[in-house]
Amino acid sequence: MSILVIAEHDNASIKAGTLNTLAAAQAIGGDIDLLVVGSGCGAAAEAGAKIAGVSKVRVADAAHYADGGAENVAALVVANAGGYTHILAAASTFGKNVMPRVAAQLDVAQISEIVTVVSADTFRRPIYAGNAIATVQSADPVKVITVRTTGFDPVAETGGSGSVEALDAGADTGLTKLVNRELTKSERPELGAAGIIVSGGRGLGNGENYHSLLEPLADKLNAALGASRAAVDAGYVPNDYQVGQTGKIVAPQLYVAIGISGAIQHLAGMKDSKVIVAINKDEEAPIFQVADYGLVADLFDAVPALTAALG
Amino acid sequence: MKILVPVKRVVDYNVKVRVKADNSGVDIANVKMSMNPFDEIAVEEAVRLKEAGVATEVIAVSCGVAQCQETLRTAMAIGADRGILVQTDEELQPLAVAKLLKTLVEKEGPQLVILGKQAIDDDANQTGQMLAALLNLPQATFASKVAIADGKATVTREIDGGLETLSMSLPAIVTTDLRLNEPRYATLPNIMKAKKKPLETVTPADLGVDVAPRLKTLKVEEPPKRSAGVKVADVAELVAKLKNEAKVI
Repeated sequence: MSILVIAEHDNASIKAGTLNTLAAAQAIGGDIDLLVVGSGCGAAAEAGAKIAGVSKVRVADAAHYADGGAENVAALVVANAGGYTHILAAASTFGKNVMPRVAAQLDVAQISEIVTVVSADTFRRPIYAGNAIATVQSADPVKVITVRTTGFDPVAETGGSGSVEALDAGADTGLTKLVNRELTKSERPELGAAGIIVSGGRGLGNGENYHSLLEPLADKLNAALGASRAAVDAGYVPNDYQVGQTGKIVAPQLYVAIGISGAIQHLAGMKDSKVIVAINKDEEAPIFQVADYGLVADLFDAVPALTAALG
Repeated sequence: MKILVPVKRVVDYNVKVRVKADNSGVDIANVKMSMNPFDEIAVEEAVRLKEAGVATEVIAVSCGVAQCQETLRTAMAIGADRGILVQTDEELQPLAVAKLLKTLVEKEGPQLVILGKQAIDDDANQTGQMLAALLNLPQATFASKVAIADGKATVTREIDGGLETLSMSLPAIVTTDLRLNEPRYATLPNIMKAKKKPLETVTPADLGVDVAPRLKTLKVEEPPKRSAGVKVADVAELVAKLKNEAKVI
């Protein structure tokens, strides 16, 4: 078996989700190469070579890879796919954008968001918003896979001593041009990798309440902030806060759901959290069916009290 | 310009599916079926582009069993002009659907294909990207804003860290995210009118596409159940439990 993992990076370092993806690759077993595609991404490649279990980092460094566009990245992956039995990426918006394009160009299926490796050709993946888990087997010569990062514990970021090999860049497809990128700036831990998440829903009433009530609590807990779809749709917070079936899938040590009723689409994104706390004034709210600790209370009293109690 | 909008018939998003006792799949007998919500957003966007004078015709396509006609009628009630059903009883996986759509794009020549980013049954999130790859066209997935001008699409995308805006020449492939628009409710007169709109039926064989599945589903199981825990009386008890029992803070 020979596996290519597509790294996600910011040119300087490798993103956390890639470490979980590498763990999935290790579960399949075999030689693991890490592909770093970017512009001025030498530092990320060096960081990649230090990750435990990576035998070789292959780097394609060119200006037209700066934006991580699906068209150019997929073309490069396909051009360098020869010899690999598996090609993996995290099921992030980057991986989801690129990998089906790779699969179609190779004329193979993609296996989306695997949570378990059963064997080299058989994987488990959630369907129907996680209300069922399918075990699927691929007969394709190359398995193109996206990995749900919450399904695999990350490999160690250091301890490896892989080699680094430069790849020839492909031609610029010129199909899309990045006009603008507005990234949410935050000092908090990344939602996908946070140990504790404080998440708010429509019960907060408006964006001002969301920030004034949840931020002090998140500060105390060193938590990331998340939200239900209802809170994002209502404009309390930007889209990248959304936890759920089609938003971010998270599984922190502690998930605190505040003013979230618990629609199945939201539960799909957080029910694998180790400990779930729900604070809601409606004792019939479905969130209580998955919460380890439920507090039926007015969040406008309970949240400041909780923040204060954490000293 | 024409816009092609593929729509999928799926279990309604309000239905909590049950896994069959023999673990062969989920039970969809006597379950309410609807258009995939992301596809509804795609139809709405296409119809708005037509209403704004940007598009001239909106063609809805569905691939699957005969009952997908209902899904196409729903698309036409929202405002699509006509429908194409690629009818088959075989299980269709995203690569097969992308190949079917490719032949229809080549035949109809749309400048824009708008698809839902993922179907809420298989949660695959693949078809749009695969279609773009097979046609070697630009793609803008997870769109929250689409503007068409001067033969170009400018699309804002929802990405993990925030938003990004891409510019691309037409023809192009766009997949919808939740906040692109809020689909209208079809009115009764429009539902009636939709019944008279043209609906053409073809088969995968007519289109020369091999739709044989590439992935075999060995079994489908219930996820591990998470049982409800305890209710705590107040904040003090909650903090005590988190510290001493769960030991997570």
